[in-house]
Amino acid sequence: MNDVKLDTKTNPDSKPNLDRREFLSKSSIGLAGLAIAPGMLLFDMAHGRPQGEAVSNKVRWGMLIDNNQCETGCNDCVTACNTENGLSGGTKPTDSQWIRKVQLKDTFTGHISSLPMMCQHCEQPPCVDVCPTQASFKRADGIVLVDKHICIGCRYCVMACPYQARSFVHEVLTDQKTEVPRGKGTVESCTLCVHRVDKGETTACAEACTKAGHNAILFGDLNDPDSAISKRIRSVASTQIRADLGLNTGVRYEGI
Amino acid sequence: MKMAIRLTAILFSVLIATAVYAADKPQTPHLDIGKGGQCVEEPKLMRSIHMNLLKHQRDETMHKGMRGGKNSIADCVECHASKTTNSVLGSNEAFCQGCHVYAAVKLDCFECHTSKRKVTAEASK
Amino acid sequence: MSSTSFSRNESRNFYALVALGLFIVFLGYLGMHNMEEHGHIVSGMNNKIVWGLPHVFAIFMIVAASGVLNIGSIGTVFGHATYKIRTPLAGVIAIGLLSGGLAVLMLDLGRPDRIIIAATYFNPTSVFAWNIILYSMFFTLAALYLWTSMEKRMYVWSKPVGFAMFAWRVILTSGTGLIFAFLVVRQAYASALLPPMFIVLSFAWGLAVFLLVQAAMFAWNNKVIDAAILKRMKNLLGLFVISSLYLVAAYHMTNLYFAKQTGFELFILRDGAIYPMLFWGGYILVGSLIPAALVYTPGLGGSKSVVAASAFVVIGSFAFLYVFIIGGQAYPLSIFPGYEVSSSFGDGQIGKYIPSLSEILLGSGGLAIAYLITLIGTRILNTFPNDAAVVASKNDH
Repeated sequence: MNDVKLDTKTNPDSKPNLDRREFLSKSSIGLAGLAIAPGMLLFDMAHGRPQGEAVSNKVRWGMLIDNNQCETGCNDCVTACNTENGLSGGTKPTDSQWIRKVQLKDTFTGHISSLPMMCQHCEQPPCVDVCPTQASFKRADGIVLVDKHICIGCRYCVMACPYQARSFVHEVLTDQKTEVPRGKGTVESCTLCVHRVDKGETTACAEACTKAGHNAILFGDLNDPDSAISKRIRSVASTQIRADLGLNTGVRYEGI
Repeated sequence: MKMAIRLTAILFSVLIATAVYAADKPQTPHLDIGKGGQCVEEPKLMRSIHMNLLKHQRDETMHKGMRGGKNSIADCVECHASKTTNSVLGSNEAFCQGCHVYAAVKLDCFECHTSKRKVTAEASK
Repeated sequence: MSSTSFSRNESRNFYALVALGLFIVFLGYLGMHNMEEHGHIVSGMNNKIVWGLPHVFAIFMIVAASGVLNIGSIGTVFGHATYKIRTPLAGVIAIGLLSGGLAVLMLDLGRPDRIIIAATYFNPTSVFAWNIILYSMFFTLAALYLWTSMEKRMYVWSKPVGFAMFAWRVILTSGTGLIFAFLVVRQAYASALLPPMFIVLSFAWGLAVFLLVQAAMFAWNNKVIDAAILKRMKNLLGLFVISSLYLVAAYHMTNLYFAKQTGFELFILRDGAIYPMLFWGGYILVGSLIPAALVYTPGLGGSKSVVAASAFVVIGSFAFLYVFIIGGQAYPLSIFPGYEVSSSFGDGQIGKYIPSLSEILLGSGGLAIAYLITLIGTRILNTFPNDAAVVASKNDH
């Protein structure tokens, strides 16, 4: 990281005190950067896409969620998602929820844990297969989205989703976020914060979870062998939820 | 019989004349263009093809992830939202609503898209 | 087609019936408008139960539409003369039912104003998209079927059209079953038995509707249906009702054998409150056993029994579809097998659903559309079956 030579024998012109100061200032700036922008550093930016270039399948966005780190009773990811996307945050049966905390109790051992559940961004999404208008589609970079312009609100995708990830908008909406259009009569689900990802940022839930110190949600490019998520997925045991369905989800879970 | 036809003709002419007299001169709506400035295209062209431009741009954004293009609806709203209400809807002088009400064409965009300009934290009340 | 023994009031009665139908269609419009204006929040549906009562009405009508043309097929494809002369009536009823069913389905969409998009943006892997083609061609073939059965010079074409209609019906009704069968994650639906089950159900429901309309027509025209013909048709109804029972039993039995499906099956058959009630009381008892008894008990089986049996079959069909469609959604998905789950989104909980007035009105409006098309169609077209062999005219009033 620094190329200051502390060895006075090979570098006779250097002054030890100044070199040490330089080392300290450089490393403190580095540490400040680490503290100020944790989301940016956890997320590998090697594939920052220039404006005007279409997404491609060179990238595959995914998430790794660590059930061991996820704290029961913490809802930071849900709150962050609601704020980011302009959701009401309500939990009536007709309210949209893009991410939810699911409390799990092992039937035999009684062990209790919780984890966040959202659209798993499958490689073979059942919702895409059943949508009559192709409004439910998978983008080249793996993000599964609903094109609200052509969604006719038939709710077939809601029926087909193995993870109950989709919500139907039951009422007239106002004051939508500029980057997150949502409307009555269409179906919606977690977009992997596509409006942020396209700018090179990370998802709101991952950012919030890191900010809270739990670091349970790791977002990144699964196709990049050097990304943090790829490295971690190669080193720890992780699984897909309902792996038996063979959907090859983009969201994987560790510790269940 | 002849009298009936004559009377009908007179009545008809009177009605037509009244309608013509009473009708307003055709007026295009007076629009609040918001910030205005450099147009995306000439206004005359925009009136004819803005829906096509938006339709093409929406597919580019949704399927290819290309944001912030020249024809993005967010930029339309950013520029053309009224400076007082920060919205392109809300009155018949508002930029989008004015013409759409005049032409009686249903506006579908703002079922989902916000009609309000994004206001930064400092500028909002 | 009307006999000379009518009173002068016949025309007036007809227009009164049309007015009644129009009124119910209007009520249906009110229900639809309420849902479109305010969104589905005014309905009983929610994010757990996304397909509600309108779908029950719609699927009944679509399945019955396909099944009622069975009468024509038995005539044209299998060559029975008694059924062949009933083809025009079956055709009119089929067109009416499919129109009503599709109207309800399309108006229940979140964005019914966008329905044309279903044709312009087409997803070849989606059964819903296939249905656009299947239903459109159904109308075309039904119209052709009517034409070739009713116009003398076209009689020669009626057999090929009849065959095409038969094949198309089988594909269409299998498609209705596949809508559900392709939902592999739903414990209620992931079964290859569903296409054949829906086909046999269509036979039963279609024939029941046909018998009701036929009875009404004969009564309206002061005629009595020939006993031998009635006996044949009622036995056919009994056969279809029992075959349906068999397939439904096969579906539930196979499900019960899977350990992972037991929870769902017990919910539908025993623990689910309204769902077992509707299944056992509505579909099994009222919809299958009582009609079978009415049909087969010696001493019964007259025209009144047949009407009652048909009506009960229709009531049973609504009960069946309610349990199938809504019960199937109410039971929670098994996302984490081996865990008890709970969440803010209803994971692990039974979904709640109470039908709203708007939905009931919309569904009834669809039935009224089918009724109006049948009423007017049988008035302007010569659909009355000419059972020339033995026809006894009754002179009342």
